[in-house]
Amino acid sequence: MVEILNNLSLGFATALAPDVLVYAFVGCLVGTLVGVLPGVGPLAGISLLLPVTFGLNATSAIVLLAGIYYGAMYGGSTTSILMRIPGEAASVMTCIDGYAMTQKGRAGAALAIAAVGSFVAGTLSIVALMLLAPPLAEFALRFGPPEHFALLVLGLLVLAYMTSGPITRSLTMAALGLLLGMVGMDTMTGLFRFEYGLAELGDGIGIVPVAVGLFGISEILLSAGRATKVDVRAPRLRELLPNREEWRRSAGPIGRGTVLGFLIGIIPGPGHIISSFVSYSIERRLSKTPERFGQGAIEGVAGPESANNAATSGALVPMLALGLPSGAVPAIMLAAMMIHGIAPGPLLIQEQPAMFWGVIASMYVGNAVLLVLNLPMVGVFVNVLRVPYPYLYPSLLAFATLGVYAVNNSVVDVWIMAGAGVVGYVLRKLDFEIAPIILGLVLAPMLELNFRQALAMSAGSYSIFFTRPITTVMLLVALVLLLLGMRSVFTRAAGPGLVTRG
Amino acid sequence: MRSLTIDQVAGAFFAAFSLLVLWETRKIPFGFLAEPGPGAMPAFLAFTLLVCSIAVIIGGRSGKRAAAVQWTEWRHAVFILGTCAFMALALERLGFRVTIFIALLTLVSILEKKGWLAGVVFAGCFSFGTYFLFNALLHVPLPKGPFGL
Repeated sequence: MVEILNNLSLGFATALAPDVLVYAFVGCLVGTLVGVLPGVGPLAGISLLLPVTFGLNATSAIVLLAGIYYGAMYGGSTTSILMRIPGEAASVMTCIDGYAMTQKGRAGAALAIAAVGSFVAGTLSIVALMLLAPPLAEFALRFGPPEHFALLVLGLLVLAYMTSGPITRSLTMAALGLLLGMVGMDTMTGLFRFEYGLAELGDGIGIVPVAVGLFGISEILLSAGRATKVDVRAPRLRELLPNREEWRRSAGPIGRGTVLGFLIGIIPGPGHIISSFVSYSIERRLSKTPERFGQGAIEGVAGPESANNAATSGALVPMLALGLPSGAVPAIMLAAMMIHGIAPGPLLIQEQPAMFWGVIASMYVGNAVLLVLNLPMVGVFVNVLRVPYPYLYPSLLAFATLGVYAVNNSVVDVWIMAGAGVVGYVLRKLDFEIAPIILGLVLAPMLELNFRQALAMSAGSYSIFFTRPITTVMLLVALVLLLLGMRSVFTRAAGPGLVTRG
Repeated sequence: MRSLTIDQVAGAFFAAFSLLVLWETRKIPFGFLAEPGPGAMPAFLAFTLLVCSIAVIIGGRSGKRAAAVQWTEWRHAVFILGTCAFMALALERLGFRVTIFIALLTLVSILEKKGWLAGVVFAGCFSFGTYFLFNALLHVPLPKGPFGL
């Protein structure tokens, strides 16, 4: 415990440095704006803003991106409560009772509880992250190539299992991402693969243009030509205080949402979305007056908002401790770390303590910044919705082009971005989950390297994957998930007759 | 005849893509099962994609019909993609400011019909403003075109 406190003080020394503090503040501010804008969720926001971090040092870059991530989580609640427009998917549940409270004249209380719940959940889950990540990383130091390979396979399988829709669809997307990750030089032999004479592809397909294209450009294409006229009404500052009864009703949901959100966030998959749905249904089930839900029950705001913010910190546990991103946003943050020359994984805490603990400390700072920022400035944030979309999306498009080009000064990356945009647009129209593509692209080189190194260790014997306990357990769990996922696919394929018999 | 489902169309496309990748991997040394070469993992992944695609086709027989997908925004989408392609082609030839100016002017004034004056003011402020911010203040090297623009 003393060691953790010492490390945390080291982290605060980093996080409270004026430049890092400014980036934490800017990240939270931009993240909140990103969260407020419908459609531009944390994923598209981080993808579009990732190139901005290239001029920064690694700590500042991660602090900025983390600020955008949890800022977007906060910001999403504002439009959900005031206008029934979820800024991002995790805020969908907040719309139900948050907007009902607005209609009853309690918008201020809903916003305040959402902000306080998010602050409490965010802060407590950072404590959990701080306590959990170092021992997990220490445990992972025992891992060799076979364990790393098994962990990556398990991570991909869990993500595929947790995402919406049949597992075969998610696995198809993951396989596509992994295949894209095969482009470029083979790290073990130096041989070029699928580069077709383009020198720019020698280092592989960049994560930035693919992420910006898949999430950012596809979002612009999907929302192209839509009419956006919103009725913007923001509460006054004096209306923001919840009454005693509202505080009392919110305490339990905030506590439960925090624990639930953090635990779900650790599991690969869209934890922030799932946790808000689960939290809402739990609060409704636990309530003695479930009929109030949907009519403006403050528990329906407090629980989901706390849960989705806690899940944000939970998602960073496997990313920081194991180098295994649990979803698309952590995958993009992982890519940002790699671009800055930081090797993510168990050694990060030992080799880059100032960075690791700086990021942790900046999260505390960020949460405090968001609390101070969100409530008094709610009127300002809501006014962002007044920016006409015909001016907003061309700006985002130009900004994305600028950012993608600036990574390598290469127009090939701009073409890749446009191509990924088309792929993302079509796949999203067809209801495919695109997050596994980016995860596959990020993990592909690690997966291949660890697989081949494991076989080199065992002189070519595949038994190495079934004789080491950790590897065996992880691969068995992956197999069970695969079978469970496939069962529903085969049941569907067999037709309704079999379903009714089964 | 009922149209194909989304899963059948997408699955067939991905299956074709995986076969293409499998065909392309023949140029890369596979190695041996005990000592995989640089072509082994791509071949394995292409095969995995093929299996998954077939499973998507089989599992999606009763899903949403591909013909039911609404592509109402396709004109806007094609125009925006055309602008992306223009930016990729022009960025190093015309320079950042001119390229972005033309792209934004086209989107705002032609596609969104916001008027030429609004388009010129917006595109001019954005292209020159971001160039100043990124190039002069943040020292991000951005391409210049004719006349140093």
